[in-house]
Amino acid sequence: MIWIRAILLSIFLVGPAQAVEPDEVLSDPFLEARARNLSKELRCIVCQNESIDESNASLARDLRILVRERLASGDSDQQAIDFIVARYGEFVLLRPQVSGANIVLWLAAPVVFLMAGALAIAYLHGRSRARPAQGTPLSDTEEARIAELIKDD
Amino acid sequence: MITELGHFALILAFLVACVQTVVPLVGAHRRWSGGMAIAEPAATLHFLLVALSFAALTQAFVTSDFSLRLVVLNSHSAKPMLYKISGVWGNHEGSMLLWALILSLFGAMAAWFGGNLPPTLRARVLAVQGSISVAFLSFIILTSNPFLRVSPPPFDGRDLNPLLQDPGLAFHPPFLYLGYVGLSICFSFAVAALIEGRIDAAWGRWVRPWTLAAWMFLTIGIGLGSWWAYYELGWGGFWFWDPVENASFMPWLLAAALLHSAIVVEKREALKSWTILLAILAFGFSLMGTFIVRSGLLTSVHAFANDPERGVYILFILVFFTGGALTLFAARSSVMEARGVFSLVSRESAIIANNVLLAVSCFVVFIGTMWPMFAEMFFDRTLSVGPPFFNLAFTPFMVVLGLILPFGSMLPWKRARAGHVLPRLVPLVVIAVLVMGLVWTFQTGRSLLGPVGVFLGAWLIGGAVTDLWSRTGRSRDLRRLLRLPRADWGKSVAHSGLGITMLAIAGLMAWEQEDIRVVQPGQPYAVGGWQLELIGVSREKGPNYLSTIGEVSLSKNGSEIARLFPEKRIYPVAEMPTTEAAIDYRFLRDIYVVIGDAQANGGWVVRTYIKPLASWIWGGALLMALGAALSLSDRRYRVAAGAARMQTKRVPAE
Repeated sequence: MIWIRAILLSIFLVGPAQAVEPDEVLSDPFLEARARNLSKELRCIVCQNESIDESNASLARDLRILVRERLASGDSDQQAIDFIVARYGEFVLLRPQVSGANIVLWLAAPVVFLMAGALAIAYLHGRSRARPAQGTPLSDTEEARIAELIKDD
Repeated sequence: MITELGHFALILAFLVACVQTVVPLVGAHRRWSGGMAIAEPAATLHFLLVALSFAALTQAFVTSDFSLRLVVLNSHSAKPMLYKISGVWGNHEGSMLLWALILSLFGAMAAWFGGNLPPTLRARVLAVQGSISVAFLSFIILTSNPFLRVSPPPFDGRDLNPLLQDPGLAFHPPFLYLGYVGLSICFSFAVAALIEGRIDAAWGRWVRPWTLAAWMFLTIGIGLGSWWAYYELGWGGFWFWDPVENASFMPWLLAAALLHSAIVVEKREALKSWTILLAILAFGFSLMGTFIVRSGLLTSVHAFANDPERGVYILFILVFFTGGALTLFAARSSVMEARGVFSLVSRESAIIANNVLLAVSCFVVFIGTMWPMFAEMFFDRTLSVGPPFFNLAFTPFMVVLGLILPFGSMLPWKRARAGHVLPRLVPLVVIAVLVMGLVWTFQTGRSLLGPVGVFLGAWLIGGAVTDLWSRTGRSRDLRRLLRLPRADWGKSVAHSGLGITMLAIAGLMAWEQEDIRVVQPGQPYAVGGWQLELIGVSREKGPNYLSTIGEVSLSKNGSEIARLFPEKRIYPVAEMPTTEAAIDYRFLRDIYVVIGDAQANGGWVVRTYIKPLASWIWGGALLMALGAALSLSDRRYRVAAGAARMQTKRVPAE
């Protein structure tokens, strides 16, 4: 199905920009590494599920530059993220906030895992205690087949 | 003319599918052998008609018949022949026809190779398979007809999306659909067995080869798609947790669970209801994938409302088949009583653990994919769920799966004592930890991802080897290995393939190096331990595109090891650019070079990535598929089929 993604991606591939450009890169490698990590957490708003780190759209470039400006002016990672969320909404976050209804999303997997594990152990417990079932009696046609097979061999 | 014939064949196929659904079902219910016997020729005829229709559409694409709307929208006379053919399924209508073709192919194969099935079960399997065809063929005819004409026909077409003009993507959809749609036959088997009211060890044996085949194709299809993304999208990403990828990944996870649990049904007559449920859900997720991809729901709830016809139709198909099967499942729960007895520590329990982990990881992917939609519909929040979530929520289950796998796969059936298996694995643990420690000392101070991944990989591959080694017996006679059933080889090969893929993903993510810079032609620069030099840039003309090609010399320690030619193309008809990365593939690493834009000072933007273990990701996937193929060729499936053929010869009328 990835080709469908390709079509959706290509709609936004207009313009010559291409992911991170050399002129965006900060001179401080430590700051740049932080900016790259943040970019991977932020969504390019006009794209089909791409982070601003991967995207070629000009809007993603603007956002990358904005992240770097905030970091260069002394923001912490969280402050930079908060600044962008305040402007663009929580839609830009690729890692959903753990708040309100989203708690369901974050807890769903561990809870389901515990439940499935408990069920499996209960089932195994039952299986290890069960007595071997007496097979269901064969139907007449099956009896006839067996008789025939035994006769043949 | 041929187009009209194809259109007509499609409608005929729909009618034949209706017959294939109704008559054998009634026949099986009334024990009327004439009615049941219709299923087989109907399935064959149905397949031939859909194939004819597909061939007619292919012919229109190959000869560039621009009186067909679909050809105008997706083809161009200057396009290379391979992409004229792949253009048939590179669009909504054509891909749905491919879907229907594969659906009918699996039905026909069940008719041809199903000689050993009881006649009522076979009639019901084919009838259920036919009913899925009825739904999809009517969907195509009513909402997505590929045979519509345009008048007047234009001089030339609008060309296929250039990103799709690529060999990897030409073969990606057919394989993916073979897997995706192949699960339909497992679904049909499950529903037929529920109608029949009988699920036993034999059912597990019949359904397993189909699951193996579907899973194998799905593995190849997903692997091809991910490899395509790697070399084509221009930064070497291979997995994005995008809804369209997740749509194929969820059935893959469930099919993997199914092909393990079917073994327990076959050997122990236990886990029956769970296996039936998995068979229903695996195909249900295939349908759901089709729904979320086709309806536009994944871009936004509003996109769905703009063109609701197709979406509502597929939603209806999804609800009808999954809901109907689940209702039947609930009504027939009494026939699925477990028989076999096994202890808390046994191969059976290990397979149950495998199923829990695979099913829960599928659930993680499901909730992550659907959450943005739920949140928008019920909580009025527009939000995104992206790779950071999935990496965090999905990976732990895979790590646990990897940890228990070698242990579980060596446990004896029925009743095991952990104490008997553990000592055999001790040397393996030592080796795996040593390898991890070695890697850790090489790169201290960086993330744990790499070492953990290497440990898991070494543990899984070592586990597969230990498993085989333990089969040589006390005499350590290696010739015994040659006589092992193919299924045992398949198991070891597939499990080590999983290990290789895990190792590669962790290694690539942990140790990738990236370099982005403006390069002046003739000025060498270094990345990692390699030297690169942009020799020159030229412009050339392809069959249907214009290209800017850079020539890059790659050398190590002063001697050149490769010439790379990264390209940037423009497709004028579609007005779209694409990047063609140049990759130096080597066993332990890829070097991936992309050329960007010209700069005012005469330089060019060049991106260089060093990607350790990249090829191993797909190598591992290939091994997994090979393992499935080995299992599929196991003697006992052939013996069962052969015995049935002999028996039908001996007893002509029943």
